Amino acid sequence: MSSVNVLLLRTAGTNCDRELAHAFTLAGASVTALHINALLKNPTQFAEFQILGFPGGFSYGDDIASGKILANQLIHHLKAPLAQFIADGKLVIGICNGFQVLVKSGLLPGPISQLAAEDWHPTTLTYNTSGKFEDRWVRIQSVSSINKWIKPGTVIDVPIAHGEGRFVTRDQAVMDALKANDQIAFQYVDEAGNPAAAYPGNPNGSTDAIAGICDITGRVLGLMPHPERITEAVNHPHYTRGHGTNAGLQIFQTAVAYVREQQAVAVAV
Amino acid sequence: MPPIPRTIPPAPAYSTKSASSASTKSPTSAPRASSSSRATTPPSRPPTSTASPKKSSSTPSPKPSPSASNPSTPTPAPSKSTSSPASPTRWRHRAKPPSATFSIQNSELPLVQVLTGRKYTLLGQSTLHDDLLRIIAKRLLVNESIETGHFEPFTPAEFPKGRPYTFNLTHVAIRDLSDDQLLDLSRKGHLFLDLREMQAIQNYFRTLERDPTDAELETLAQTWSEHCVHKTLKASVEYTFIDRRSPSRDSWSVARDPQPEAATPSPTEPRTTDHGPRTIIIDNLIKQTVFKATMDLQKPWTISVFKDNAGVIEFDEDNAVCFKVETHNRPSAIEPYGGAATGIGGCIRDVMGTGLGAKPFANTDIFCFADPTTPVETLPNGVIHPRRSAQRVVAGVRDYGNRMGIPTVNGAVFFHDRYVGNPLVFCGTAGVMPRKFAQKGQARPGDHIIVLGGRTGRDGIHGATFSSDVVTTSHADEFSHAVQIGNAITEKKTLDVILQARDYGTNSEFRIQNSELPPGPLFTAITDCGAGGLSSAIGEMGEKTGATVNLHKVPLKYEGLSYAEIWISEAQERMVLAVPPENVQTLLDLCAAEDVEGTDIGIFDGTGKLTLYYNPATPNPGIESLGSSPSTESPATPTQNTIVAQMDMSFIHDGIPKPTRKAVYTAPTIVEPHLPMPKSGAFAATLHQLLAMPSIASKHWIIRQYDHEVQGGTIIKPLVGASNDGPGDAAVVKPLLSSKKAVVLANGCQPRFGDIDPYQMALNSIDEAIRNTVCVGGNPERTAILDNFCWPKCSDPQHLGALVRACQACYDGAIAYSTPFISGKDSLSNEFITDKGERIQIPYTLLISAMSVIDDAAKCITMDAKQSGNQLLLVGLTKRELGGSHYYALHDFIGASVPTVDLNLGPATARAVAGLIDQGLVRSAHDLSEGGLAVALAEMLFAGSLGATIDLAGVPCAEDADADDVLLFSESPSRYLLEIPPEHFDTVARTLKAANGGGGIRFGVLGTLHDRPSLKIRSIKSAWLMDEPIDTLKKSWLAPLDW
Repeated sequence: MSSVNVLLLRTAGTNCDRELAHAFTLAGASVTALHINALLKNPTQFAEFQILGFPGGFSYGDDIASGKILANQLIHHLKAPLAQFIADGKLVIGICNGFQVLVKSGLLPGPISQLAAEDWHPTTLTYNTSGKFEDRWVRIQSVSSINKWIKPGTVIDVPIAHGEGRFVTRDQAVMDALKANDQIAFQYVDEAGNPAAAYPGNPNGSTDAIAGICDITGRVLGLMPHPERITEAVNHPHYTRGHGTNAGLQIFQTAVAYVREQQAVAVAV
Repeated sequence: MPPIPRTIPPAPAYSTKSASSASTKSPTSAPRASSSSRATTPPSRPPTSTASPKKSSSTPSPKPSPSASNPSTPTPAPSKSTSSPASPTRWRHRAKPPSATFSIQNSELPLVQVLTGRKYTLLGQSTLHDDLLRIIAKRLLVNESIETGHFEPFTPAEFPKGRPYTFNLTHVAIRDLSDDQLLDLSRKGHLFLDLREMQAIQNYFRTLERDPTDAELETLAQTWSEHCVHKTLKASVEYTFIDRRSPSRDSWSVARDPQPEAATPSPTEPRTTDHGPRTIIIDNLIKQTVFKATMDLQKPWTISVFKDNAGVIEFDEDNAVCFKVETHNRPSAIEPYGGAATGIGGCIRDVMGTGLGAKPFANTDIFCFADPTTPVETLPNGVIHPRRSAQRVVAGVRDYGNRMGIPTVNGAVFFHDRYVGNPLVFCGTAGVMPRKFAQKGQARPGDHIIVLGGRTGRDGIHGATFSSDVVTTSHADEFSHAVQIGNAITEKKTLDVILQARDYGTNSEFRIQNSELPPGPLFTAITDCGAGGLSSAIGEMGEKTGATVNLHKVPLKYEGLSYAEIWISEAQERMVLAVPPENVQTLLDLCAAEDVEGTDIGIFDGTGKLTLYYNPATPNPGIESLGSSPSTESPATPTQNTIVAQMDMSFIHDGIPKPTRKAVYTAPTIVEPHLPMPKSGAFAATLHQLLAMPSIASKHWIIRQYDHEVQGGTIIKPLVGASNDGPGDAAVVKPLLSSKKAVVLANGCQPRFGDIDPYQMALNSIDEAIRNTVCVGGNPERTAILDNFCWPKCSDPQHLGALVRACQACYDGAIAYSTPFISGKDSLSNEFITDKGERIQIPYTLLISAMSVIDDAAKCITMDAKQSGNQLLLVGLTKRELGGSHYYALHDFIGASVPTVDLNLGPATARAVAGLIDQGLVRSAHDLSEGGLAVALAEMLFAGSLGATIDLAGVPCAEDADADDVLLFSESPSRYLLEIPPEHFDTVARTLKAANGGGGIRFGVLGTLHDRPSLKIRSIKSAWLMDEPIDTLKKSWLAPLDW
């Protein structure tokens, strides 16, 4: 079995890289974390990896706007190799600040046929309606059937920790397009499994309780909650009440399995 | 390449209707603007720092797409400030700490400098007086340490520059000064040295037959400051104990003899039993008490105690964990946001600089403020309103801790009116490191001195010495420079480099990239720049070797610093490493790869002397990269390298005189109140009132602003229970994700008891820390504790006497509980003098922080009730000990019956409960502390969304405590509320009866959990005292601090 190689891209202020590496390792992948300076020197390194991860944190202190500076670095210096990476059928995940980077670089929601090609920023992540950074446990459910990172209908208890996580689209047309394309990856849900209508079930006021989206290939995923923080049952806040699950790990396992499948197909071909 | 100045259009105005400040009643209609600005520049190489507050949307990208800035800088969410004009002190502070670190590595674009600002528009009905506007701007909007305020439209023509510095070697004529003149010099120079110390310096330079330079005087002032050398705790103390209490007092109504049932009497306690004055001499107070306990206990699992930045204990065979807690009170009193942020930043650096570098994995924070509902009119001049202090302190800890990626997992907040001028901010950080790097490194002669991380500016000058003085109303102005400025991202990058340099070429959990280079740390010693800046860091590292430092090589933030300022600046985010010559380049390459500035500034030279050079002709690496030319204006400037300080390391470190200080402890004569027993219907109301007291009420507003899950190792969270909002007793964190082992972090702090008896105050704090540790599954046999004393000024013998009492309790408590102290810190001048001359002295405050290593995180439990049908057991004896209780505080009494810790039963109970939890017999455990049994019951039930019916007749109590109010509200220590499944009851009962060496531990069954969600309590006289829905109790508890 060939190895599944994960590249985690880190920079000043990245701080969720170790637990993300741990999650991928538990899922059976081999993980390398590289500083963006090293990648900028030698972008051909992308070729060695099948999965690219943008960990959470405060890249460059989130000055200007969350994820903005790293996003600009991607746009201006790594656009071509990143486009190639995605075109090659590989997987990309951005969590929390990583999601903000994907959105602000235009990698998410990515090219949408309903929109003009040059329109990079139909969506954004902005200040929570509560007006402050918050850490709390929420429940999310996967929605999209094209998402390669998780089966639809999967429910995961997961922590959020952010100040700018409210997902909004520029207008209703963009939202309609995302839905038509099946790009809604995760929604915050209530106990009954319905999209959470209000705070704190929907912790940041995201439109339609959207917690994460994917691109139209289903291979590029971004989400605000932190599945890498719930890879063991003891991480679950109700573990002591007898309800602990390590559901976050499924995301990484599903991705690794997908890559293995692709590798098997490639060998067979 | 010269920088191209480029200004940014004014940031979008922030409008807020609530223009009133603490001192204004009517808002204004005159659109007045105050925009503050600061400039920093991305240097050529290595790149650093473009600070930009949030709202500057301009991105220096070559082709800013028009749509790029719109969706990414959306209209900010309406914050509560705009919608609640009733909260006058709620201002919207969008500005983040200056933490952008950004290199514009774009070949199409020349280097740019960026100047950012915020514009405030105050809207309202009437005109705001100009003076008032300036006060508002100065006090609420602009941090003048790092920003400038402008009251008219501001279009900078050029970037602000420092004033060029003209080198002028300054000597201070000290040899012929009289005593009065010496003291005057100490005060005016902000040296804060006393007469004996000044005389010692005078004598040293008389011997050298020359006068000291300003840099030499400053070096001694820093090194000999209370902050750095703990001269009070290390002093010899002549201690007198006076107990004027009547021997015929009620047995329950007053504090008993100082050490009622001490297992081991304090080595420092006068050994007579009469009530007359007793006097003894204690040589080195801390060594005879706190340190001595650790030495006497001889725990094999302690690795490095009281000699490094943090105490280090064993985690497993290959790894060690360390813990440091310190205060940052003074800066937080003046500028709560910056003070608290740099407080946690400094504590994190301590851990980064422990051994050969540890990786921080958890933060804790404990705060003390005055009542947040204090009316503005009653505040003394010159203090910040406690609610605003609290909000800004929390914001500071939040922004720094969250950016560092360290979970803030445990804390507490206490409220007491006497903290009004001296809010206390305790910051703690725990770290993990390979065991082989756990011992403090030693610089070797020939090692280079490399300073890593942030640049040096004028911020934080005199922080160490200033913390040794009493605060007055003018301090905020006089010492604004003592506030440091934090930049968490710089510190995070520095941490990344240090861990890579430590693990260079080896395989460890923390290593990220592969390398085929020789293994091992690239450095032989490391320490952080904290109080005293480079002077303390290099002075300490070079104590054995001596050091030569080239001050002109220290990279500066801006021009204009004198050599002495460079030497003592407490600018943040700097670490000092001793690096063998062959590793210097490798380390600097590592720095470059991570955009961290590393600079070779000198050498540990083997001379045993400290020698400082300054060469005004050498361009400063920092200034040069800013693109401005070094100062060449003054032709008279000497151009050669000049020695600006040279002293023997032995004098710097051992020259401080050790006087004997007088301490007197007079036991207070406090009257015990006689409160009438509440009518049975009043108990529920009292419980609601207790739950709403700020010290007891939920701190969720604070806790949720901290990321307590980052790093993925948090097992027991600060908020627990069915709805994740119950008050967890302690945190459990896995420092290494691949191990089952975990670390418990807890705290105990009982400042209310200090007025009655500082000895019992300290013992209760220790007991509480242990209780909290035990309640989540901590192992009392593997628990280490830390002391943090915050005291009023100890030049007053009464306060020093109280400190002696507390130190004695630390010894007795540590021995009894078998918990060694591994680290500690003190802050001993917490007084505020109002402009009317009134002295406000904080309550005697001792924070005990506990760290326990446990084998299996999966065995941990939480405090929330779990299962209907399970029984509630109360373990431990309730006594008539309402002194200092919250119940008395509700009625404005202190009382004399301070809770007393039984030094045999307390530890035995902790061990027994820990054993039951370890065997899996306990579903939930909650300690009884603030508010007593009533509050603990309510918290356990509403956290678990269950009800219970309680019979007070089941409470094990002392004979005289058999009364409903005492049983419900007494704060007797060493008591635990346990939830036991029926099938385990017999085992639990048997175990408790056999505990304490067969003597047994008192326990009683209080009742049974049920699904009906209410707390029903039956009196000992069998009437029902309350039947209160748990959700209303919860509301009372959640509401007060839900800001």
